[in-house]
Amino acid sequence: MGYALTLLPFVLVLFVYMGASDIRLAENPSDKILPAPSTIVATAERLVGEPDKRSGEILFWNDTGISLVRLALGVGIAALTGLVAGLLIGLFPYMRSTFSGFVAVLSMVPPLAVLPILFIAFGLGEVSKVALIAIGITPFLIRDLSQRTVEIPSEQIVKAQTLGASSLAIALRVVLPQLLPRLIQGVRLALGPAWLFLIAAEAIAAEAGLGYRIFLVRRYLAMDIILTYVAWITFLAFIIDLLLRSAGRRLFPWSEPAGGSGL
Amino acid sequence: MSYVTVTDLHKTYAGFPILERVNLSVEKGTFVSIVGASGCGKSTFLRLLLAQERPTRGEITIDGQPPALEPNRDRGIVFQRYSVFGHMTVRENLIAAEALGATVWGVLPSRARRKAAEDVADAALERIGLAHMGKAYPASLSGGMQQRLAIAQSLIAKPRILLLDEPFGALDPGTRASMHDFLLEIKAEWDMTVFMVTHDLSEGFKLGDRVLVFDKVRWDPHEPHAYGATVTYDFDARNGGIPFQSLSIETVEEITV
Ligand SMILES: Nc1ncnc2c1ncn2[C@@H]1O[C@H](COP(=O)(O)OP(=O)(O)OP(=O)(O)O)[C@@H](O)[C@H]1O
Ligand SMILES: [Mg+2]
Repeated sequence: MGYALTLLPFVLVLFVYMGASDIRLAENPSDKILPAPSTIVATAERLVGEPDKRSGEILFWNDTGISLVRLALGVGIAALTGLVAGLLIGLFPYMRSTFSGFVAVLSMVPPLAVLPILFIAFGLGEVSKVALIAIGITPFLIRDLSQRTVEIPSEQIVKAQTLGASSLAIALRVVLPQLLPRLIQGVRLALGPAWLFLIAAEAIAAEAGLGYRIFLVRRYLAMDIILTYVAWITFLAFIIDLLLRSAGRRLFPWSEPAGGSGL
Repeated sequence: MSYVTVTDLHKTYAGFPILERVNLSVEKGTFVSIVGASGCGKSTFLRLLLAQERPTRGEITIDGQPPALEPNRDRGIVFQRYSVFGHMTVRENLIAAEALGATVWGVLPSRARRKAAEDVADAALERIGLAHMGKAYPASLSGGMQQRLAIAQSLIAKPRILLLDEPFGALDPGTRASMHDFLLEIKAEWDMTVFMVTHDLSEGFKLGDRVLVFDKVRWDPHEPHAYGATVTYDFDARNGGIPFQSLSIETVEEITV
């Protein structure tokens, strides 16, 4: 029953699409805007199976690999920066008074507006794409994690001091472990924007990648390819989120709210 | 011989005196209960003993040492809540009592030290009746179990004084009574010097060797914040206050009702 309800909207959308596609194809059999599901499946099979004539590589998997590496690097750098900066800003008052205003303003800068600067500064290669993702989500992660650090009860910090802990020991053994589950949550939230920045950067300047491919075939109105890629990106985003969620549960059992299933 | 000596202690927040002219001399092994109206500065006094804050004037010395500038292993503390580390298991919390201060990284430097800390932790687990809960996280413990863990964790560091700020304030009466027995046993075993803030006068007399009452001696109705609190009564509470006072717990309860 639960599954049936979950699937219902998907089925509805599929039916609406099939109906609309049928109508358009009945009027004009060579219509490319709403290809029949059978066409999309055929295209998808070709995309994942047939190597490119020129390079001999299967472009679909090539694009996927390149995009995922960019995404992982950008998100990884942002996560590490967010963790270190969030901890320092949250734990040390003089760090907070120095940097929290700066980070607040920084997070207001629209990252896409900075993209031309990145292209000028780092060229059109990998660095500028990874940098856009990192720059786009780091301020959010810093603010989220410094907020979490501030929320750690001061009693725990004092308690650690009475057990002889140095500031470093407090940061590493009391604060950092309590930030990690929040980091996973933050990264899950930031992945949406991270995909956006990745695809935008690839659309503007790239030689490969999921976003690059979508914008390339747009010129030929290849809706079947675009839809295959969109579905694939959605699936990847879903799987990554699922993996992060279960990793968080497994690694930090103490952070789960009792009895709550959550999303 | 005075172990904890408080001399002419003053504490002022933003120009408002909270504590003034507190003088006190406590012998080693004494259990001092502290009572007083809400907001009169009991927790402030504990924070000063803890060296979490510095006095505006006056000083506190323990065992003749120069006044501390920060909390350290000489002073153990148990708060009403959040006194244990939620991300560590019960057993890890007890091992951390040795590990956090062992190196600048907060980890034990050798396998032998690790083994020793584990043995201490296991003995403590046994002692506080949580041997079966070693692998559990504090969130799954009852309030009383959490406070027993917090007290054990503090004692492993072998502090010179143990500070308790309303440690049983969040517990139900039954659990509280069993915690009293636990604390009295611990006190007899360790000969600890303890300062405990409580809102429960009978608890203060039951556990304490001395009961200090904090209150304002001067009071200006036009400026209620003009003066700070100090120790206004200092009861000897051994044997329920007999024969040093003719004040029994029953009469105290009558007074407070
Ligand atoms: N950091 C601070 N800055 C300014 N005022 C403070 C600070 N800490 C405490 N105070 C004030 O000092 C007074 C005494 O506070 P304290 O917490 O010591 O009272 P208390 O006796 O422990 O009260 P309670 O019984 O409610 O716990 C209060 O009026 C409080 O508002
Ligand atoms: Mg208080």
